[in-house]
Amino acid sequence: MYPEDLKYTKTHEWIRLEGNRGRVGLTHYAQDQLGDIVFVELPAVGKVVKQGETFGVVESVKAASDCYAPLSGKVVEVNSRLTDEPATINQDCYGQGWMMVLEVSDPSEVGKLMDAARYQEYLKEVGH
Amino acid sequence: MMKYLPHTDRDREAMLKTIGVKSVDELFSDIPAQVRFNRALDLPRPLSDPELARHMGELASRNRSLDGLTCFLGGGVYDHFVPSVVEHIVSRSEFYTAYTPYQAEASQGVLQSIYEYQTLICELTGMDVSQASMYDGASAAAEAGLICAATLGRGRIVVPASLHPEYRQTIKTYAWAHDLEVAEVPFGPQGTADLSRLEAALGPEPACLIVQHPNFFGALEPVEEMGRLVHARGGLLVAACDPISLGVLKPPAAYGADIALGEGQPLGIRLSFGGPYLGFFATSEKLVRRMPGRIAGATLDHQGRRGFVLALQTREQHIRREKATSNICSNEALCALAATVYLCALGRRGIVKLAGLCLQKAHYARDQVARLERFKPAFDAPFFREFAVRSTLPWERVESGLLQQGQAVGPSLGRFYPELKDCFLLAFTEKRTREEIDYLVGRMEGLI
Amino acid sequence: MTGPARGPEPLIFELSSPGRTAFSLPELDVPERKLQEMLPASALREAAPGLPEVSEVDLVRHFVRLSRLNYGVDLGIYPLGSCTMKYSPKINEDLARLPGFTELHPYQPEDTVQGALELMYLTQRFLCEIGGVDAVSLQPAAGAHGELTGLMLIKAYHTSRGDTRRNKIIIPDSSHGTNPASAVVCGMQTVQVRSDRRGGVDLDALREVLDDQVSALMLTNPNTLGLFDENIHRIAEMVHQAGGMLYYDGANANAILGIARPGDAGFDVVHFNLHKTFSTPHGGGGPGSGPVGVKKALEPFLPVPIVGFDGARYYLDYDRPRSIGRVRSFYGNFGVVLKAYAYIRSMGPEGLLQVSKDAVLNANYLMRRLQPYFDLPYDRHCKHEFVLSGRRQKAESGVKTLDISKRLLDYGVHPPTNYFPLIVEECLMVEPTESESRETLDAFADALIQIAREAKDQPDLVKSAPHVTPVGRLDEVLAARQPNLRWRPPAPGGS
Repeated sequence: MYPEDLKYTKTHEWIRLEGNRGRVGLTHYAQDQLGDIVFVELPAVGKVVKQGETFGVVESVKAASDCYAPLSGKVVEVNSRLTDEPATINQDCYGQGWMMVLEVSDPSEVGKLMDAARYQEYLKEVGH
Repeated sequence: MMKYLPHTDRDREAMLKTIGVKSVDELFSDIPAQVRFNRALDLPRPLSDPELARHMGELASRNRSLDGLTCFLGGGVYDHFVPSVVEHIVSRSEFYTAYTPYQAEASQGVLQSIYEYQTLICELTGMDVSQASMYDGASAAAEAGLICAATLGRGRIVVPASLHPEYRQTIKTYAWAHDLEVAEVPFGPQGTADLSRLEAALGPEPACLIVQHPNFFGALEPVEEMGRLVHARGGLLVAACDPISLGVLKPPAAYGADIALGEGQPLGIRLSFGGPYLGFFATSEKLVRRMPGRIAGATLDHQGRRGFVLALQTREQHIRREKATSNICSNEALCALAATVYLCALGRRGIVKLAGLCLQKAHYARDQVARLERFKPAFDAPFFREFAVRSTLPWERVESGLLQQGQAVGPSLGRFYPELKDCFLLAFTEKRTREEIDYLVGRMEGLI
Repeated sequence: MTGPARGPEPLIFELSSPGRTAFSLPELDVPERKLQEMLPASALREAAPGLPEVSEVDLVRHFVRLSRLNYGVDLGIYPLGSCTMKYSPKINEDLARLPGFTELHPYQPEDTVQGALELMYLTQRFLCEIGGVDAVSLQPAAGAHGELTGLMLIKAYHTSRGDTRRNKIIIPDSSHGTNPASAVVCGMQTVQVRSDRRGGVDLDALREVLDDQVSALMLTNPNTLGLFDENIHRIAEMVHQAGGMLYYDGANANAILGIARPGDAGFDVVHFNLHKTFSTPHGGGGPGSGPVGVKKALEPFLPVPIVGFDGARYYLDYDRPRSIGRVRSFYGNFGVVLKAYAYIRSMGPEGLLQVSKDAVLNANYLMRRLQPYFDLPYDRHCKHEFVLSGRRQKAESGVKTLDISKRLLDYGVHPPTNYFPLIVEECLMVEPTESESRETLDAFADALIQIAREAKDQPDLVKSAPHVTPVGRLDEVLAARQPNLRWRPPAPGGS
């Protein structure tokens, strides 16, 4: 449920680093808590975000949840498929359900993220 | 007084026993002494129903209602006939004693009627999506301004001075709270926005232009040109319209409006000294997630039957809190129901005929007024149902002189525009007859 | 046909048949002119709007059938928390329909509307007395509109003193969603403070956020847990010391009529929900009315106009140079205000006091009857409403609060508010109001107790509820993913 090759945030995003780029999405836990995702708001390509800043919104019927950038960087790609098929996040949150690709500006920030084991411990600590 | 309070003392005692306290006062024991109110409220003694009915009747009789006057008053709300069916439907207590339809399965009546209302407003305005209702036209216009500013991240709202003065005041109040700028475009000799001054007012980055069409003076604005100018600068076009005019006038979507709104009072809602009324509000598809307030949507139940729910609720305050598109909660649902019944009663031919009657009568009246010596139409622009009259007599004398003859005219434009202190409005609905118009013109002629 | 109507009812558009009408219009009695002579061709509509065409009989039956798919207070208890769904007296409906009130144009000369102005003036005064404030504006059209107006008044007040940095509104985590939304519409930032274990504002948390940027604290008291904040005096002191103002959200004022006045407790601005506390009907979502009351210091900023009296004559007072301006057109929802006025006149001071006593009695009675069957997160005397939690049912059998609510519909009663306030898990928020008799309260409690049993013994029955409503549980996910927000005519030749 929590792939080893990803880094995780306390706000339940993941990032997969590929060179100076990172693909970003929501964790299994996040999509499970939200339930059926009905709408996704993605950032504009070219937008510059700081670590911890909101970059988008995912909505279920009765909740809207901000998504926070795991690392600082520039948005170079977004998954426009989610606009028409938001449920992709529920079905495949680490694959087809990715949200954006960042050109990472400060690789040292990775140190603030969790690995899979630490993230799962964190989930236990917050009571789930 | 007790008829709305069912408990007998015996009930109260039994209930206190279940709760496990000796007196009701104990239930209030957590209210600190220093904030307890220790006297009786200084309010009049309770009235029995017959006393209340007499008292309210007396207050009502101290008003001179339009039943005893001929109403040529305009200024955004109008004396239309309200068909009996409207009053009968909105008096169904399943409608008027319901709350906002949070529990869809017990609220299909309200939800379906909202869905029908939304469709009617879309048909009337040509827009893609309507919401369930706003407080009134003025606050709808103000919220439209905020939405345009937030959508584009721009801080300048542009309004012609020919937009209803109370709309402009409302827009300014909302804009002030938001540190947004409101720029005004003066009107020209035709009583319409001065296009030569519009470009300067728009500036390089307007959030929107909020134009009223027909405007406060009843005149048609050059909306297509105005739309082009604001769109060319990346801003949005907001059109405020008289819903009855849309029986003959081009729908706002056809001249590029991004938001169409207006005062829904003419749609079967009584004048009631200023409210409750109805703000209608519709947008293009691209703004649907910026829409304020309730929206009803169609869906299916688990057996595949069609049903209706509140849709896109994540825009709203009860879910999104500080990130909601608006703070509106209670709106004007029952007035929207009245408008729904009214528009369905009219039908596609009825609305065209009704608009035609208003238009024809207003033009007949203008021709008659044009022949008078001391009164002249103030502007020459094409108009729909209302026009401004310039008088050589002071307004007070016109108003009171005509009132003595049972004729209500106005409002005076001087109260909003110092430069038009010799002007007032005359407005026309299907209720005004040729005889009444001739009588009014005769009395105007006879004024001294 | 007897018994409840069964859906689905076709849409009015599906009942349309070209050539029918339900309207009666006079023939044109002035010389007819050609449309093109009066209006430029470019201004004209090409095709008539697609309004349905039905006869009056069809129209009436359609909407009467729709009404029968709907629940209202006149059908039974409607215990939505913080909504105060009390009975709306019939005589007030009749009196509000007197032509002397309904047939008044807002731009009539003041001398022709003295009765209306007197009624508004007296209502302003009554609300001042009830709220313990000095001046009232009737202009706001609803509670949230009142909140926005009140926050604008506070902003104008600070600004007038040159104190322009105050852009923070403090809001407890138990607050209504309109509070933070109104703050943002007023151009403010919100700061949330947590509740303490007794359900009141956590004073330590409050102290931490109080600084010279605080514009106001918005408080509902009793709050959405139905609890009166015992520290209100202390809170007022702290906020005022920091230079902030205290805003009273009047949504829950039904608990305190004649018992405690917000103005006396230190609140500077109060809004009233006439459609809650003062019995005017909710209309399926409005019209409401949200008058705002203020202390002296804020009076100059009230919206224009307010109604004045010079000893002989009532008038609309526009001469208010420091006013924030308008928040809507005209003078407020007069047609709603007059029903509230009639209610206050028929209840009198002792009647209003009894309203609050009975409302609180009813809530406590229901709370104690239901306590053995549901979790009660705050076990102290409640005021007009209380919250239960369905977490026990969820843990034991997977029955959620939403399921319990839907199952209540099968018992013919409207469920309480659910999932609000946000700080209580699986929340049920119950406000019975003073209108309900002991028998009605017992029937409601019995239904909930029965459902608690069903949750144990037949959880699937509860999870698949409702079963006897006109439609079953509706697919909100479908409605959100594929929004269908208006009817469109079927494509010609299509299916």
